[in-house]
Amino acid sequence: MSTETLLEVKDLRVHFPTGDGLVKAVDGLSFTVDRGDTFGIVGESGSGKSVTNLTALGLTDRNAANITGEVLFKGRDLLKLGKEDLRKIRGKEMAMIFQDPFSCLHPFYRVGDQIVEAILCHDKIPKKQAEQRTYDLLGAVGIPKPKERFRDFPHQYSGGMRQRAMIAMAMAHNPDLLIADEPTTALDVTVQAQILDLIERVKTEFDIGVILITHDLGVVSEVANKVMVMYAGRAVEMGTRDEVFGNPQHPYTWGLLESIPHVDHKGSKLVPIEGAPPSLIRTPNGCSFHPRCPHRFDPCDKDDPEIKDRGAGHPDACHLSAAEKTRVWAERQAPRTKAAS
Amino acid sequence: MLQYVIRRLLWSFVMVMLVVMVVFLIFFVLPGGTGRKEDGRASPVAVMMAGRNPRPELVKNIEERLGLDRPVYVQFGRYVWNALHGDLGYSYQSQIDVREAVFHRLPATASLAFGASIVWLLIGIPIGIISALKRRSLLDRGSMLFALIGVSMPTFWLGLIAIFYFDSNLNVYSVGDYASITDNPAQWFATMWLPWLVLAVTFAAFYTRMVRGNMLEVQSEDYIRTARAKGLKERSVIRHILRSALTPVVTMYGLDLGILLGGAIITERIFNIPGIGLLAVDAISSSDLPIILGTTLFAAMFVILANLIVDVVYASLDPRVRYS
Repeated sequence: MSTETLLEVKDLRVHFPTGDGLVKAVDGLSFTVDRGDTFGIVGESGSGKSVTNLTALGLTDRNAANITGEVLFKGRDLLKLGKEDLRKIRGKEMAMIFQDPFSCLHPFYRVGDQIVEAILCHDKIPKKQAEQRTYDLLGAVGIPKPKERFRDFPHQYSGGMRQRAMIAMAMAHNPDLLIADEPTTALDVTVQAQILDLIERVKTEFDIGVILITHDLGVVSEVANKVMVMYAGRAVEMGTRDEVFGNPQHPYTWGLLESIPHVDHKGSKLVPIEGAPPSLIRTPNGCSFHPRCPHRFDPCDKDDPEIKDRGAGHPDACHLSAAEKTRVWAERQAPRTKAAS
Repeated sequence: MLQYVIRRLLWSFVMVMLVVMVVFLIFFVLPGGTGRKEDGRASPVAVMMAGRNPRPELVKNIEERLGLDRPVYVQFGRYVWNALHGDLGYSYQSQIDVREAVFHRLPATASLAFGASIVWLLIGIPIGIISALKRRSLLDRGSMLFALIGVSMPTFWLGLIAIFYFDSNLNVYSVGDYASITDNPAQWFATMWLPWLVLAVTFAAFYTRMVRGNMLEVQSEDYIRTARAKGLKERSVIRHILRSALTPVVTMYGLDLGILLGGAIITERIFNIPGIGLLAVDAISSSDLPIILGTTLFAAMFVILANLIVDVVYASLDPRVRYS
């Protein structure tokens, strides 16, 4: 089965000049997303996850940011497209849903009308037809009595329903790529699972690619087939889900894995990552993670490790040798496994 | 909704009563007050009305006729009772019916208030919108400077400067020739355009800043990002922004208009427009209690009514607001 590459990001840099200095929100990022992928992007707040995707959609203010690199979407470089061409792609071929469903729908317009509007801005069809399509969409994402709920205002919806409505809106034009930016963070745990299921179902039914941005490794491990771990505007580790979760290579990934609470690991302590993410204006010399890394050694504060396959079968950006990594990770795992048994 | 309006109206009645009571008390309790009688001396108003060298019987007669010899609470009660029957009494000075006097002055005040409000909306809203859309441009900075100057200039100062310039220097305006719109529309407009502009400057500056501020705030809302993300044309995105940013303006406008309908005292005084504000000022300087009470009563009712209308209108503008 041949896979079709939907999105190919090459050496993307998004720098914002500010009064305090140059903010390097994204600094040399490359990845590809294929049709059928659920591509998980993981990282702390401020690691550049959202900026990457807003830039791909053309929603970063080009006057305020220096953007270089390439964002190839089905072969076309989005960074070279004009505003109007980008607008025609947004919502039509590439759609996005956001973190907070409570603030993402316009409070003064009816939910149905907002979806109708999304349909009509790309398709010149009669309004009645767009309304019919909206009923179908609302029904498809699991909103009961779509005809009645069409006329509701957003505040009459629950958080989960609003996120469903956002997904319905995003799927209005059968886009090729759905970008979900922390789609479950603001929701109850039980609703989270439903929304993730819905995104998975939509992905399979419409045969699209999904980019799932989250800081929650638990979410990624459940639905993503590929994972990219971001730190300070760069990728530090990338691979299939099994590679990254089964054989993690980067100390930052280890830190993230150790800070997930496990219900079955009762009594084992959560290990936080020491320190805070670096300022994106003055990133540390060498590896940007080294000030927080317990395994740093000689080259870490001088040489900036590039992301490449260092013998583990998937790329990472850490100077430690593959053998050393296996040993250290096993050592870090030991007390947790003991506590669990 | 109807229940809400009825409840609000009942409260409005209480509010108006309180306002009348306060005004009544002020003019009785303060020295030189209208109805104030000190140990056997005659009421100042009765003395004033009786004319030069009056006979004591005449003064007493007047006091009795106006009820000034009765205790304050009786006078107040009688005033309220009559007011409920639509009778606001007669002017101590000119003997005219207070209600008629206010109604007679209302068109001038309404002309001023509505005219000026149209001017400030036409100036304030577009400039505010353009400023927000072209943020940090020369135009934006220019209009913010205008707004700062506008809110800083007091009306009495600006009014006098305007009269000096347009009346004395350019001779394109002449103060005090007010004619009602039905009698002589051209004359009406000729006397109203300058007061409109003067009164509108402060408000326009204020509205510009408010609209700009609201727009900037709404622009960074998540739902505007959603509007862009779904591929709406910029024109539609701006419509989404305006829908949220202009709603509070409706509230502001209603309240400002309500206050102005009670009399724009300074502007009416400077331009000698025979409105409710001028009526009130003249009444205060001649201790004409019935007129003072009457104008205050109307002013309070306008403000309270404007509040109620604004709240009801707001419910139809913002679907999240529901009254029960």
